[in-house]
Amino acid sequence: MPGMGRLSQEQIVFVLAVGLCAVFAVALPGFLTTNNVLNLVRSVSILGILGVAMGLVVIGRGIDLSLVALMAISVAWTLSLIEGGMPLPQAIAIGLAFSLFIGAVNGWFVAYVEIPAIFATLAMGTLVYGFGRYFLFDLDVVYMPPAGAPLLWIGQGTLMGVPVPIYLFAGVCLAGYLFLRYARAGRYLRAVGDNMLAARITGVPTRPTVVMQYVLSSLIGYLAGIITAASVASMNTRVAISTYVYDVILVVVLGGIGLSGGKGGIRNVIVGTLLIGVLLNGMTIMDIQYTVQNVIKGAILLTAIVIDTILNPRDEQTAQQGDI
Amino acid sequence: MAASDRIVRWRYRLVPDHLLGEILTKRWVDNAIPVLILIAVAATFGWLIPDFFSMASVSSLMRQWGEFTLIALALMIVMVAGGIDLSVGSTFALGNIVALTLITVAGWPVPAVIAATLACGAFVGLVNGVLVGYLRLRAFLTTLVTLIIVRAIVDMLLLKYSVAIAAGFVDSDLWYYFGEGDVLGVPFSVATALVLALVAHLVLSRSRVGWHVLAVGGSRRSAHNVGIPVRRVICMTYVVSGTLAALSGVLFASRLGGAGADTGVGLEIAALTAAVLGGNSLGGGRGSAAKAIIGAIIVMIMVNGLVRIGVTRGGSSLLLGMVLLAAVAIDVRWLKNRHKFLSKVYVSPTYSELPEAPATSGSSPYALNDRLRPVEAIGLGQIDGPEDVILDEDDNIYVGNRTGDIVRFFAPDYARQEVFVHCGGRPLGMAFARDGSLICCIGGMGLYRITQDRRIERLTDETSRSWFSIIDDSRLRLADDLDIAPDGRIFFSEATIRYEMHEWPVDCLESRGNGRIICFDPKTGTTHTLLKNLLFPNGICMTHDGQSFLFAETWACRVSRYWFDGPKKGTVEVVIADLPGYPDNINRASDGTYWLALVGIRTPSLDLALKMPGFRKRMARRIAPDEWMYPNINTGCIVRFDETGRIIETLWDFGGENHPMITSMREHKGHLYIGGILNNRVGRLKLDGADPGWTGPASYWGRQS
Repeated sequence: MPGMGRLSQEQIVFVLAVGLCAVFAVALPGFLTTNNVLNLVRSVSILGILGVAMGLVVIGRGIDLSLVALMAISVAWTLSLIEGGMPLPQAIAIGLAFSLFIGAVNGWFVAYVEIPAIFATLAMGTLVYGFGRYFLFDLDVVYMPPAGAPLLWIGQGTLMGVPVPIYLFAGVCLAGYLFLRYARAGRYLRAVGDNMLAARITGVPTRPTVVMQYVLSSLIGYLAGIITAASVASMNTRVAISTYVYDVILVVVLGGIGLSGGKGGIRNVIVGTLLIGVLLNGMTIMDIQYTVQNVIKGAILLTAIVIDTILNPRDEQTAQQGDI
Repeated sequence: MAASDRIVRWRYRLVPDHLLGEILTKRWVDNAIPVLILIAVAATFGWLIPDFFSMASVSSLMRQWGEFTLIALALMIVMVAGGIDLSVGSTFALGNIVALTLITVAGWPVPAVIAATLACGAFVGLVNGVLVGYLRLRAFLTTLVTLIIVRAIVDMLLLKYSVAIAAGFVDSDLWYYFGEGDVLGVPFSVATALVLALVAHLVLSRSRVGWHVLAVGGSRRSAHNVGIPVRRVICMTYVVSGTLAALSGVLFASRLGGAGADTGVGLEIAALTAAVLGGNSLGGGRGSAAKAIIGAIIVMIMVNGLVRIGVTRGGSSLLLGMVLLAAVAIDVRWLKNRHKFLSKVYVSPTYSELPEAPATSGSSPYALNDRLRPVEAIGLGQIDGPEDVILDEDDNIYVGNRTGDIVRFFAPDYARQEVFVHCGGRPLGMAFARDGSLICCIGGMGLYRITQDRRIERLTDETSRSWFSIIDDSRLRLADDLDIAPDGRIFFSEATIRYEMHEWPVDCLESRGNGRIICFDPKTGTTHTLLKNLLFPNGICMTHDGQSFLFAETWACRVSRYWFDGPKKGTVEVVIADLPGYPDNINRASDGTYWLALVGIRTPSLDLALKMPGFRKRMARRIAPDEWMYPNINTGCIVRFDETGRIIETLWDFGGENHPMITSMREHKGHLYIGGILNNRVGRLKLDGADPGWTGPASYWGRQS
């Protein structure tokens, strides 16, 4: 956003997050303690990692609604394989391979069959959840077996007093930043998201790039899933049909990555995560009912989309028919 | 004829290849695939579960189906306008809990409960509509968020009232009638769904509002440009959708009387699957109530069948996901490739064997010469494609123009011209009637009369429809040439019923009898088809006996004679069976013989190709239309023949230097006036030895005083 007078959405959200922090720090006792702040960042680090995955897809003008379902099912499968006696690395390899495969299928549907991303991934999320529940395990919650103990450190350990998930969040952010900034594939991704036809004309392999973005998101999603499983020593597959994936979209859209693609970066994800983290933490401390929290989150998401539409209006002349 | 040729001929005579392409052009094909899926699904589950279609099972299913169909209709209406409404599931749950709360806890009377509940649903729809329609948010994300918010509100209401609802009792027969009553033996919810589906169908297909909705879905930008209030229309569809979802919730509440946390969860996926499976297009413009109903039946059978087999929730979610993916994939690919596929299969060649072409050299009556070399050009470059030329009693020339005009050149020097009338379409064959009005075949429109004071009147644009033709052959697509019998009946040819004006040469690749000759009787105003299955019937000319006419079949290279009166009434006789080229218009000559234009000359390669339908079919499928082998329509000649079929003379322009491309010619006062459908002029040739006073109108209607 050029000019000094106007603030970008990212800056607005950042100011809002800091302001909210200040209000909470004054109003809520126990908010601004080291413990609570570490706890806050730790609790949103998984959301942040998923936000990076979703952000990469959204920058490429896609959306991945199967992210959370895929994460839950592939990690739950890994856990149940470990429980069945499979060595840890092999189980992780199988879970990861499943996750990457579904990601590639998503990408294939979007890039080659040309189904709108939103439908392909919505249907894929339902399908993956059903597949897991029907073929892989009977219970909603799959617990971490004792053989999986080495994994626990990822979710529960600390390094120099800081929880490991925070390091992982930072690492994913750094990797994402470097990828978008320096890797050729990352630049292709942004080009495809900005203007697919122009990218195709200049010789960017657009379809493989689209497939890549879904594979990447399933890879990062799997990592987030392992961290989730490690921090609570189980994986609740019901998260697949919950509204968690919309929280992830909230993080991305709130941070200022336009849904029309090509705009924004990892910094936006961090800012969005910060605001959501502060908000959720504050509401939890204030003991607001879960359903009311949902209404508030929904209202904020709606506002974010309205602002996004006003800041990045859809171009009626170039918007494609059926682009809903 | 060789045995292999005979086999090929019978193969193409017996197998109606052209029907596939014709079926694909129909709009009901969109419904055919869902119906096939429905039959397959019903058959599968009927086979897997023995008493699946028993009365008890069906009647319990029916009530659910009625409620579900309302949701599918709601989604269909939004999708037709190019949007999507994922909040229907939550709105359904909201309608359920609000209705139950109002009737059990608040104790409102039933009509008030229903009104309030519908208002609730309409309000949710209005919120969606304002956000998506007026603020132009993305429909998918917006309705996802309202789904979450409404669901959270439902959860809050549940926490507060679920105990009271479970304990309450409704003392109202009317209330239970919605859930358990019958209308004429049909469950109430089914009756409601069917009535509303009918209303939706009538509104979408017959009313202005419905057309606005379809137009917005078809192309938002164009709809805006023609002045349709796009934003209001979109907003309205969401309001309707919310109301329908709430209505469904009321029916559900009355039937079960309970509210749970999972009421309506995942309903939007099932409804979306139903809508897309039925053939409603994502992105709008294509959809109907019938499609929603078909889709709803399919999904209902699948989901309930799975439950009956004992598949758990995961299994049905797996199957719904797969079906939704497959349905969307088919929808997307079908929309994208339908036209490509259609253009590949529409051209369906058949076997056609032409008699051997006579020589055009030596002592042949068709021998090449230079007799058209002295032709002078009239209106060179001022007209575009005068297919036919005609002159009136005052020697003025009338020609049809590609721009949809009939142009008049003034006698005596034809230097001045004017647009006689602008009639639209593509004016082709012309003839003067007894009263001096001009009767004209207009390609793409039909048969028209232009009176002397330039009034345009439609004579006919349709004929009787054949019983078993798939494409609608009652409309006239390509009326070509006409002539008028002494009693005023007009006989005209329609060259092909399968192609439009601009692609008439493609009909040759088929060489099937796609054309017909039609009679219009001005006395009764009726039109009926005389002869069918002709190979591109073209020129028509009354013989001098007043009982028959000659007609040319272009792709058959022959001229025949049909008796419409007299002792030989109804018979067809071939006059010239083997022309060296493709005949076009036929007109009278001053000495009682006939002029015939050959639009192009046959080539051995195309003659051979006509005997090889498989070759032409491959050609039409595999290479671009620009590269196809077409009949030659650039180099022709004029032939004069008599009623016995004897060729008297042939006029050529050897080398095509002066006047190539001939589709018609008229003799008038010792001159021959020549037109050509791809030409930019009218030719004029002085005829030696012709009657210098003879005119066409006089020959038909007698010399006028």
